[in-house]
Amino acid sequence: MRREVPLAITAIVGFALIIVYFIPHPPFNHSRDFFEDLFFIIAAFAIWLGCLNLLKVNADKVYLKKKGWPFSIVVWFGFFLMVIVGFWEGRGFMNPGTTFYYLYDKLYYPLNATMFSILAFFVASASYRAFRARNKEATILLIAALFVMLGRVPFGYYLSSWLPEGWRLGNITDWIMDFPQTAAQRAIMIGIALGIVSSSLRVLLGLERTFASGE
Amino acid sequence: MIRFSFIFLFTLLLFSSATGQEATLPPSPPTDVMAKDTPNDAGGSITITWKKSPDDIGAVREENKVKGYEILRSTESEGEYEVLGKTTAGAQTYFDTHAHNGVPYYYKVRALGIQSFSESLPSTPAKAKAQWIDWRRRYTFLLALILALSIVYFINQAKSGKQLFIRKIAGLEAVEEAVGRATEMGRKIFYIPGISDMDSMQTIAAVTILGQVAKKTAEYEAKLEVPTSRSLVMVSCRETIKEAYSNAGRPDLYNEDMVYYLTDDQFGYTAAVDGLFVREKPAAVFLQGQFYAESLILAETGNYVGAIQIAGTAQPAQLPFFVAACDYTLIGEELFAASAYLSRDPKLLGSLKGQDVGKFIFLFFIIVGSLFITFGIYDLSFLFR
Amino acid sequence: MNFLEKLLALDRRIIFLFIAIAVALPLFFTVKLHIEVTPVVRNLHNAMEALPPGSKVLVSLDYDPGSMPELQPMAESFFRYCFMRDLKIIIIGLWPNGPIQANSALEVILNEPDIKKKNPKYGIDYVNLGYTAGNEVVIERMGSDIPVTFPKDYSGNKTEDLPLMKGVKNFNNIDFVYNLSAGYPGTVEWVLFGVDPYKIKLGAGNTAVQAPQIYPYLNSGQLVGLLGGMKGGAEFEIATGKPAKAVKFMFSQSVSHALICFFILIGNFAYFATRKKKGA
Repeated sequence: MRREVPLAITAIVGFALIIVYFIPHPPFNHSRDFFEDLFFIIAAFAIWLGCLNLLKVNADKVYLKKKGWPFSIVVWFGFFLMVIVGFWEGRGFMNPGTTFYYLYDKLYYPLNATMFSILAFFVASASYRAFRARNKEATILLIAALFVMLGRVPFGYYLSSWLPEGWRLGNITDWIMDFPQTAAQRAIMIGIALGIVSSSLRVLLGLERTFASGE
Repeated sequence: MIRFSFIFLFTLLLFSSATGQEATLPPSPPTDVMAKDTPNDAGGSITITWKKSPDDIGAVREENKVKGYEILRSTESEGEYEVLGKTTAGAQTYFDTHAHNGVPYYYKVRALGIQSFSESLPSTPAKAKAQWIDWRRRYTFLLALILALSIVYFINQAKSGKQLFIRKIAGLEAVEEAVGRATEMGRKIFYIPGISDMDSMQTIAAVTILGQVAKKTAEYEAKLEVPTSRSLVMVSCRETIKEAYSNAGRPDLYNEDMVYYLTDDQFGYTAAVDGLFVREKPAAVFLQGQFYAESLILAETGNYVGAIQIAGTAQPAQLPFFVAACDYTLIGEELFAASAYLSRDPKLLGSLKGQDVGKFIFLFFIIVGSLFITFGIYDLSFLFR
Repeated sequence: MNFLEKLLALDRRIIFLFIAIAVALPLFFTVKLHIEVTPVVRNLHNAMEALPPGSKVLVSLDYDPGSMPELQPMAESFFRYCFMRDLKIIIIGLWPNGPIQANSALEVILNEPDIKKKNPKYGIDYVNLGYTAGNEVVIERMGSDIPVTFPKDYSGNKTEDLPLMKGVKNFNNIDFVYNLSAGYPGTVEWVLFGVDPYKIKLGAGNTAVQAPQIYPYLNSGQLVGLLGGMKGGAEFEIATGKPAKAVKFMFSQSVSHALICFFILIGNFAYFATRKKKGA
């Protein structure tokens, strides 16, 4: 029963939602909204599970003095700081001028932006390591990458402005983006869509049940 | 002189009254106002169409006599009309989305000039109603039905014992190698199931693959850790690993703390996982599921600590980063095929074959459709709208 | 280890150092660069130019602070353009941070002298309806009823009380939709759940990473135009005649792109040179 009930619910709800996609008549047109709302409610309650787990794991680290335990204190501090300040501010806690907004603007946003900025450095190191002309395909990839990287910035214009219109780096970049790149994206997207259909059907038919603690 | 002034004044008056008259003259009215229930909807909407005023040049310009159209509505043909809405010059369609189902409505359309307007004759009555079937989606339904039936057909074929060929997927062949490496080195395996929740098919695929990987780690007695970005994913991963260890005959090796929640925040999660990679120096990293901008940060850090990395995602934008930074990458549909591939369950393999039927259908329409369009024969794109 | 082998195994921290200099140093210089407006941006600009004054433009900001460097200049230049042309702006967000980013952009734009002269008023010329959870479901719901989907604005006022929202029931009453997107939900969802069922006119700005994924929708006509990454933002600023942040940052981006190309070339040089040596 522990396995059969979730699988039955999955199948019934799944097939029902597929069928209502083709039925605009009320109340079917709002079915998807209804189930989406149910999911958000469940996910919102589940957040408590996650938060409690986060606090427990870090409390264990501090108690057992595991490697890196001072960072766990930082986790506890940060967590309760934002929660307490948020509740203390009450409604409109995210409005400019509040302490919560100050912490968001001066702590969260710069940290977030810093992590995102790491991408610039990692792109360089990954490119340096990966773009080697090891074989035919890698060489084509390398040349395309160089064209696009230079074509997407004004330097590309300066390097190739002496060439006739249509043969400049910017034009070649536009051609690469419009044709081979778009074709490849479309092919991948079609494959992904089919993969999702097949995978979803396996889930609905109960063939794929690992995620529901099946074998 | 006086006579000249008089003639001049008279001409001026004549001219100004002529232009003034022109400004007050209404544009010609729109004609053929038709109203009908908007099809394929949940009701409450009526579509009004009309032939634009002959004075309408079809664009919003200074010289256009028609400045726009007003749509009026009444429940009686000769009754009082209320203004429903406005639209720009050149428009010939308006949707009345404030209609009550079953109530007959009459419509008039006004062509607006600079200082005046002209009205059309009223339309025939129209009633809004909800439809049971959205006929615009009939081709989608047909395609979905063909796909589903072919998948079911091949599943049955596989059940009957027929051998189905599946090409090698290097990333999946390397799973055992990765787990073995971690066991030999005595270091951990990190499994990152993406940053989306359980409502994403990619996350479900990732959790399914985790089951197969967990089975291997149980057999090899390797240390597995799964930091998650979503609480529901944490719960699902725990159940999956517990079941996998139990099926491998090693329930004693399972520990609830193998799976833990970090944060929902994208870069907070990335920072935490990167910290774990740098401190723990895992031997193998699996990056499976839905990723966004953090993909390269995770993959590069994994590469930096010397881990063997097997990635898989159906996010086209992140695939290049994984291909550049990881040892093996499952591209798009290979992520969804992984569970079938690793388990070698005939039923699951059969579904992959059914998927290929869908591919052939698309290939057929792409080739035939492109040829038709190129030679101006027929446009098949309506099938996919 | 000889020089070529050292080059092949270059410590990535050296690369990081050069990148840091290449990105940061150009920001201290103002260099006028030639930026050509590509057709994908030109089409978006033309679509906006065709809108008469008073048209209602729905702007959906679907990004967070991490994507600000690329998308915030797009938001600012778009708001600037709308105010200058008397287009009415209805702001929403499918991401929680979206409306906050909108307020930050408005704060910058409303203090510009040209815009101050125009004196746009909240509730009449622009509104911020805030964020609603639901991802693509929000777009579907807006197709039926925008005030029900966003019953209150960002400050808590009732949507139906705002003068700009009078007569705005759904997408039929919106003349153009502009989406700034950094991921999910974003432009793809707007195309699938807004353009296809409701035939909205959609223009988009995306991060450079996501832009390639959006090209199929451009070529099929589901999107009128696209601003891809900082270059797209810079092109839009040039097209509207008001070069601003994106144009300024292009020098930094150009130098860093050129540096990465240089590293790739020397990496390949070292690769082939060491291979030749080993072969010999």
